[in-house]
Amino acid sequence: MDFAPSFALIAPELLLIAAGLVLLLVAAWAGDKAARLVTILAAAALFGAGVMLVPGLHFGTDGPATLAFGGLMKVDSFALFAKALIYLSAIGALMVAPAFFNSAAAGTERVMRAEYPVLVLFATVGMSIMVSANDFMSLYLGLELNSLSAYVLAAILRRDTRSGEAGLKYFVLGALASGILLYGMSLLYGFTGGTGFLAVRAGLTGELGTGALFGLIFVLAGLAFKISAVPFHMWTPDVYEGAPTPVTAFFATAPKVAAVALTARVVFEVFGGQVDAWQQIVMFTALASIIFGALGAIGQENLKRLLAYSSINNIGFILLGLAVANQDGASAMLVYLFIYVAMSLGSFVALLMLRGEDGALFETFADIRGLSVTQPAIAWALLFFMFSLAGIPPLLGFYSKFVVFQATIEAGLVAFGAIAIAASVIGAFYYIKFVKVMFFDEPAGVVTGKSPAGHWALLGLTALIVSPLGYLLTPSLTDLADKAAASLFLTV
Amino acid sequence: MEGLPILSLMMLVPLAGALACLFVGANLARWVALGATLATFGLGIILWSSYQIGGPQWQFTERADLFAGFSYALGIDGISLLLIMLSVFLMPICILASWDAIKKRVGEYMAAFLFMEVLMIGTFAAQDLFLFYVFFEAGLIPMYLIIGVWGGDNRIYASYKFFLYTLLGSVLMLIAMFWMVAEAGTSDIPTLMQYDFPAEAQTWLWLAFFASFAVKVPMWPLHTWLPDAHVQAPTAGSVILAGVLLKLGGYGFIRFSLPMFPEASADFAWLVFILSMIAVVYTSLVALVQADMKKLIAYSSVAHMAIVTVGLFAFNVQGLEGAVIIMLSHGLVSGALFLCVGVIYDRLHTREIARYGGLAINMPYYALFFLLFTMASIGLPGTSGFVGEFLALAGIYQTSSLVALVATTGIILGAAYMLYLYRRVAFGGQVNEDAAAMRDISAREWVMMAPIAAAVLWMGVYPESFLAPMRADIAVLDARLAATAPASDASLAPGAPREEAANALHHDNAAGEGAH
Repeated sequence: MDFAPSFALIAPELLLIAAGLVLLLVAAWAGDKAARLVTILAAAALFGAGVMLVPGLHFGTDGPATLAFGGLMKVDSFALFAKALIYLSAIGALMVAPAFFNSAAAGTERVMRAEYPVLVLFATVGMSIMVSANDFMSLYLGLELNSLSAYVLAAILRRDTRSGEAGLKYFVLGALASGILLYGMSLLYGFTGGTGFLAVRAGLTGELGTGALFGLIFVLAGLAFKISAVPFHMWTPDVYEGAPTPVTAFFATAPKVAAVALTARVVFEVFGGQVDAWQQIVMFTALASIIFGALGAIGQENLKRLLAYSSINNIGFILLGLAVANQDGASAMLVYLFIYVAMSLGSFVALLMLRGEDGALFETFADIRGLSVTQPAIAWALLFFMFSLAGIPPLLGFYSKFVVFQATIEAGLVAFGAIAIAASVIGAFYYIKFVKVMFFDEPAGVVTGKSPAGHWALLGLTALIVSPLGYLLTPSLTDLADKAAASLFLTV
Repeated sequence: MEGLPILSLMMLVPLAGALACLFVGANLARWVALGATLATFGLGIILWSSYQIGGPQWQFTERADLFAGFSYALGIDGISLLLIMLSVFLMPICILASWDAIKKRVGEYMAAFLFMEVLMIGTFAAQDLFLFYVFFEAGLIPMYLIIGVWGGDNRIYASYKFFLYTLLGSVLMLIAMFWMVAEAGTSDIPTLMQYDFPAEAQTWLWLAFFASFAVKVPMWPLHTWLPDAHVQAPTAGSVILAGVLLKLGGYGFIRFSLPMFPEASADFAWLVFILSMIAVVYTSLVALVQADMKKLIAYSSVAHMAIVTVGLFAFNVQGLEGAVIIMLSHGLVSGALFLCVGVIYDRLHTREIARYGGLAINMPYYALFFLLFTMASIGLPGTSGFVGEFLALAGIYQTSSLVALVATTGIILGAAYMLYLYRRVAFGGQVNEDAAAMRDISAREWVMMAPIAAAVLWMGVYPESFLAPMRADIAVLDARLAATAPASDASLAPGAPREEAANALHHDNAAGEGAH
């Protein structure tokens, strides 16, 4: 068997693996002194891997030419779109890390560990494999590579009890979810006789047997945990709050993209012939996520917890696109993912820039009172992100809601869409509370520290994307998302 | 002027001003804002003068496919033209009203107002359904900030209420819009205005749009956000809220609900009538007992807007024309009344009516302007209020004399609460020393008041200037509504003429005189 075409297809992953291994050695020999260098090189590797995706993204790839290793992986436009988003988010998470870990915000250690960028690289490789998986085996390998790296990342501040707690919770609950997923996969294997997506799909024709149905539900439950959709969302606020903020920024973006893309691929490619079996589940999960994500956020004082609930809320809207179960819905979902990544990354960067004189991060509403007076630029950027997350035009967040709801209504799910959009008003409540605290309240009288240029660049870029100017991106974004969604539906 | 994208230009000037205001100092920001709004007003005059009355229905159209999903399409008809003129006319006055009153964060304040102006022009000029929604909804952000940052003591509550109320109304409209676009295959407003949606779908589409516009207008019982927002907003915020933002609801009815869902509109006219009748009587009575001037005027706005909705759903030319004229007139008059409150609020820092009294003695010019606007609000002939209310009531009388009867009590009650307000503020003895020591209006306040007074009189004496641009558009709308217009209960039914005059003497000669 000639592996050359397969290796060519996974060239970005190979680059990332090579970079990860080399940088691991550098980190081992040079120690934490080289952390900054390792971070820069890791970001460069991610950027290089991202550049490799451009031709495929631009021209669109699908069909048998995208299958690698005998159908274990499938590097189509859909995978490329998700990978591009993952790499970009990972670069963002690397850019903001050094300043955080080298300051008092990182607790008593005050030094960045060189393993951090390496772990991010390995997690990214895992996610790359997840989104291009075409077989339950490769799916699980990618998922676990990502998850194991993520558990360590959550606990990377070893002397910080909250970080340790976050890592432990994430690990225990993540292992449980992996178990559920694995059990579902084994059921599907037992009832269909294959692990490849196409093989399972072929085995799931006609009336769905009870065993296969259980398999489907277990797989969906495991995936729902990974995307932190209600009712499997309980770990999210704790992990987001406890994990170091750059890690939280990473969790809120890249793994979300990977898990959502993976879920989309599984439901369309594996269960594509059994839409009735999963559509109700996804619809329920979407609505529940929107409503509970919004209600849970209302009482929060901690900003990271609030953003955790916000991400649950957003996952609900993303799942709305999935629940539509057609190509328009999938395309809308991808557009939403892109905009969601920009909004989340921007919000977390802004949070990272809110630090006191001693470098400790601000974490509660009380700390950011009157921010618009003391730090107008950050406050305005946060205002953009919050109104954007709330889906208020003319910010780009409105467009993301626009596409998913349009897909929902065009598919005829009018009542479902109406309930979901009415529930989005609940969410608006806490987003505007954010704005209220920053703009309406008197300043709390704390001086905020300086932030490095990298933060400002990232904040400016994401704010520019969510600003009304971002609408100029929508034609090309829609084009890319349409191509990606089309490749997802080609299996039939 | 051919080919000049004047509508885009009118949005670009305030936008550039808004961005500039964010980065300059307080004093310069005031001048930048004033310059930008005056320049926009200048462009507005060019727009009106080059608008061809009797020309094509949609003029100054622009179209660019900049976005995926919807297009950047602008264009105006006579109704839009008048409402755009109202917006650009009030804007420089708002800036002047905030000249001294706003002391903190002036740059951001001016930027918010200029941004608001962009959105208002955009809302009235949008020719794409989704573009309209973007502009319509985006106004929440600057208004939320204006109320919340520069408002009164209870501003947080008022800003939340304003934001969430209007948002909940609007999102349902968005769902309806998606359905309409999927059904009609286009998001072009002029096409949709002629599209016949299935009658059963019209019902819920109409209700979804109604949810949004009824909150904006606002109609009883969805009006409760308005008094809060008005009272807490700074003076200029109230002016814009009453002057233009409330008109978005009326504009929505006339642009969307009526032409797009004529059958549902006819079916639901009773609902609009009942809500409007309650609003006219109830909010007028509530206004009568207010101790806070701004709250009083806010409730009077609800009553006036109820006459607008009554006129709109009269389904005839007089009603529609009257509704638009009331919208324009109310925009000017209530804006001016809020300015009048602002003038004395700036001096004494209270809106409590009882704290004033006898102002006609120490502030004669102020009392004169206040009187004029009070009379215009009541609808005295010769002022703009009369023209609009007369037309609207004449229109509704043809459809339902009962509704006309109840709506007309609004005029009487309006006279009661406005005159009562005026008597307590301007007439009587000077009971409060500090109020008696207030200076008369300054040159800046003259500049604010005089143009509005002139416009109010112009509209009252020669309304043709304002009726002419929209006559053709109202006729088109009336033709569209003709098929579904409800039967009139007040039209004159010609009876069968008598055979002969009532006093004719009967000369029963048939039998002959000497028969008996």
